[in-house]
Amino acid sequence: MAEQHTPILPAFFPGGIEPEEHKELTSESPIRRLPVPDVLHVPLKQHIGNPAQALVKAGDHVRKGDVIGKPEGFVSAPVHAPTSGTVTAIEDYPAPHPSGLNGPTVHLEADGRDEWTELDPRPDFHKLGPAGIRGRIRQAGLVGMGGAGFPTFVKLNPGPDRAVDTIILNGGESEPYLTCDDRLMRERPKEILHGASIIGYTVGAKRIVVAIEANKWQAISAMLGASVGWPQIEVVAVENRYPMGAEKQLILSVTGREVPSGRLPADVGVLNQNVGTAYATYRAIVLGEPLIERVVTVSGEAIREPANLEVRFGTPIETIAAACGGYADLGRLIMGGPFVGSALHNTDPPMVKETNGLIFHARSQVPNEPVMPCIRCGACVEACPVSLVPNEMYHLARNKEFERVQDYDLFDCIECGCCAWVCPSNLPLVHYYRYAKSEIQAKERQKEVADIARRRTEARDARLRREKEEKEAKRRAKKKQTDAAKAESDTTDPREEAARKAADKRRRMRGKSPQSSDDGNDAEEGDAEGPGTAATSDESNQR
Amino acid sequence: MAQAQSRTPSLAVPSSPHDHGGGSVSSVMTAVIIGLAPVSLYSVYLFGWPVLFLLVVTLAAGLATEAVMLRLMDRPVRPHLLDGSATVTCLLLGLSLPATTPWWIAALGAVFGIGVGKQLYGGLGANPFNPAMIARVMLLISFPKELSTWPAIKPLFSGQALSFSEGLGVTFAGDKTPALPPDAASAATPLGHLKTELTMNLTVEEILGQGYSHTQALFGSLSGSAGETSAVLVLLGGLYLWWRGVIGWRIPGSMIAGTAAMALVFNIYDPSAFPGVAFHLLNGSLLFGAFFIATDMVTSPTTPRGQLVYGAGCGVLTYIIRTWGGYPEGVSFAVVLMNAGVPLIDHYTRPRVFGKEQAGGPPVGSEE
Amino acid sequence: MWAAILILGGLSLAIGLFLAFASRKLAVEKDPLVEEIDARLPQTQCAQCGYPGCNPYAEAIARGEAEINRCPPGGQETVESLAELLGVEPPSLEGEERPPSVAIIEEDKCIGCTLCIQACPVDAIVGAPKQMHTVIEDACTGCELCLEPCPVDCIYMEPIPETLENWRWRHPEKQEAIRDEASQKVVTAGG
Repeated sequence: MAEQHTPILPAFFPGGIEPEEHKELTSESPIRRLPVPDVLHVPLKQHIGNPAQALVKAGDHVRKGDVIGKPEGFVSAPVHAPTSGTVTAIEDYPAPHPSGLNGPTVHLEADGRDEWTELDPRPDFHKLGPAGIRGRIRQAGLVGMGGAGFPTFVKLNPGPDRAVDTIILNGGESEPYLTCDDRLMRERPKEILHGASIIGYTVGAKRIVVAIEANKWQAISAMLGASVGWPQIEVVAVENRYPMGAEKQLILSVTGREVPSGRLPADVGVLNQNVGTAYATYRAIVLGEPLIERVVTVSGEAIREPANLEVRFGTPIETIAAACGGYADLGRLIMGGPFVGSALHNTDPPMVKETNGLIFHARSQVPNEPVMPCIRCGACVEACPVSLVPNEMYHLARNKEFERVQDYDLFDCIECGCCAWVCPSNLPLVHYYRYAKSEIQAKERQKEVADIARRRTEARDARLRREKEEKEAKRRAKKKQTDAAKAESDTTDPREEAARKAADKRRRMRGKSPQSSDDGNDAEEGDAEGPGTAATSDESNQR
Repeated sequence: MAQAQSRTPSLAVPSSPHDHGGGSVSSVMTAVIIGLAPVSLYSVYLFGWPVLFLLVVTLAAGLATEAVMLRLMDRPVRPHLLDGSATVTCLLLGLSLPATTPWWIAALGAVFGIGVGKQLYGGLGANPFNPAMIARVMLLISFPKELSTWPAIKPLFSGQALSFSEGLGVTFAGDKTPALPPDAASAATPLGHLKTELTMNLTVEEILGQGYSHTQALFGSLSGSAGETSAVLVLLGGLYLWWRGVIGWRIPGSMIAGTAAMALVFNIYDPSAFPGVAFHLLNGSLLFGAFFIATDMVTSPTTPRGQLVYGAGCGVLTYIIRTWGGYPEGVSFAVVLMNAGVPLIDHYTRPRVFGKEQAGGPPVGSEE
Repeated sequence: MWAAILILGGLSLAIGLFLAFASRKLAVEKDPLVEEIDARLPQTQCAQCGYPGCNPYAEAIARGEAEINRCPPGGQETVESLAELLGVEPPSLEGEERPPSVAIIEEDKCIGCTLCIQACPVDAIVGAPKQMHTVIEDACTGCELCLEPCPVDCIYMEPIPETLENWRWRHPEKQEAIRDEASQKVVTAGG
């Protein structure tokens, strides 16, 4: 058997955990294609970076694979019509996001013909050259299929000063429940390796390593079988330990290279791609098909018939659930794996490019253990695959000590969830880190906005001063109205005047409650006093 | 049907991870209590009823204090009372006292340990010092005579055993006469005996020749506080905790190694004045401290290197206090002293972060 | 004894002279405190503090003339940040915190009077006389100074909506409270 020939590489990263896998729910269900639903809601943001701009309008007819959203900026990806039909609206719709907010979405009514737009298959990808392949991968809307959703073409362009010698094809899939990569490797290994060889050619890598967790021995043997005839491809088994599928942890375990903090794998000559991305690359180049569907594991204790489905993007989760026999006693819906996936508010959102799993947890699986204080047991320190000190970070984040929590390497945290999983006090540790990270980022944005405002107000002050000086100069040149000039120099700064008025207004507002009388006062005051500068009184005279 | 369900607005939407290993504070504490069971039972057997009464008194006083304090601070009483942390503290305190300690001293210790040592600092998880040890240190300083009077061993079911009512008398009435006739009122612990005799210009060999053997220390037929008696049973409990993953090897290992290293060096330097490694390891509460006291999660470091430093510090300090200090045993002082250094130790022993030269430092491989 | 007095007196004289010299020679040109205070202000330029802008307010605080709790756009957070900088107990905010907003001009009502343009402290309104005006939303600080001068009341404030881009994770303790309620609901519903 395959697993006897393949040595198992141990997990080189610190910490890690071994949770229950629950993979048996779906590991033996072959990939099944879900029929195209009648109505699709295709979000314009299905990736990291800027949302795409809608190219279609209500009433437009589109064919399968037509671009309906064009990328906005460098880190962005286009969105394609998942089937042929009519655009009914471009409207906000619930996004598959933990916030439960809406995002811009193209609503599509399928015509049932499901006809392709013109495709341009290029089995002879060598003729395209690396730049040509990158361009096509960008046009095909490829993003990382492992759950992060980072545009693939950006990754394939490591820059001139970074030489990539090794591609790691990530078949780790160390999260519980998920089996979509496992099934893909078992059922379509040739296509995956073909895609991997295209990626290898594009970045000029000599070596392609397919890394698969040791518990997926059928996938290992399938990939080994398919790799015959590809001398540059090797298949290795890696230890079964979460988070083996995390990029930097896998790279360390496979190559022994440690990606520096804040840097990219390409800095150590490695490119890490999910097997699903390699498969999508194959379809994008060899078949010319843009990314419009993917394999998703539908699993969990609350769904009646767990399955692996190939689903068009934009299909509502409710429709997917119905195709799996529906659900009962649903307590929590997770998009992605249970460790890094997001809990969704309901089953309305559609599935998108980064949806590798939909896990329907029963009510009894939703935690209601009491949250206890941290008892400093240190289990989180031992479990952390980045060697952070999660208990200290927790205290700092909880007390909003945002500067100190960054000294504790908050931004090196990969949010894998190991610390919270082992925590005997049931503390929502990762939530605290996410909270601290988003607060820090929001503060930085606020600071940028404040800096812009400061610069603008300084520029304005300078302009006003200049204008005033110019006016003064003119007046002196006239040398006629000396008295008027004196009066002018007494007038106060317009903003001081405004401040005084604003203060008056607030005083009045505190005194009177009705809005209407307030408005009356405003108008009255505006008319009576008029603005303070000479320039403005000119304007009001004009009026 | 499914449609109707999807419209229910409130599926739980916590942050990931959406899975939990299942551990809990109470399961940790339960494991510690189980680990303490062999020593406690053996101690009841060795010293008879007074030990049982002593444990009951510390538990009752400690839990009552916990409940009152939680109520005063307006915190949920039941979950915290049932989490087992106060029970562990009280057990540890009870086991570190001499069997004949009067009930009011034990109760005072428990009230102080839980009330001042734990709850005044903010309750579970917030106390810098081990509450059981801070209570014991307080008692040792306040009542040196009572806390250093060790009863002779009178196993249950043997001819010397105290009856139930005699036991009651010892714990609650301060009775000494029936149980402990003046001539045999107390038996010095080996450490205490050694300390007094060394001041009389005897050599270690001469002193220990007077009826001490390592086997006795191993199986606990020598006098001492309840937890000190049998090295074998302490080890058994400690191994259980290690197997359950409640304690790591670092703190107990480095604490034992710390004392052993000191003992080895000084024993080689002058065997007549400094007893050997085995004597130090098997006597007193070193093993008990290494497995049950120093490993207290709240008051020990969380970083791996920090745990080594802390354990070694406890071990070395224990030896120093035993050998040159005013008391024959130093585990409680050593642990409390090292507790004070834990925040500092934790700060300076943070592990090297993945991809960085050091915690909080620059990325690996960066020039400079 | 005289020797000691002389030595100590001489020493203190020398040190005093040195300090006086140093304070002259090494004097800081611009008051760094003003800049640091200014950096902690939200730069809304709304003048709600009674000073004509954030920088004048910062100068007033540095001179010790103004309280540090008069910046409603900054909220209690700014008060605390200033208190930390100045080493004082943070007073509670004067005025009420409002959600960050931007000004919107109802374009069909605008008569093109340019009064709002002159009131805007950050030049975030564009337009010419008798032409319709528009707010550059990215530059608008939400100071509300343009509301008053408008003779036709065609400017209103709109809170910045929460979107997928600016959404933030909430403090978990608020979430925990929600969860506790929810789990209790489930229990009662089940039993």
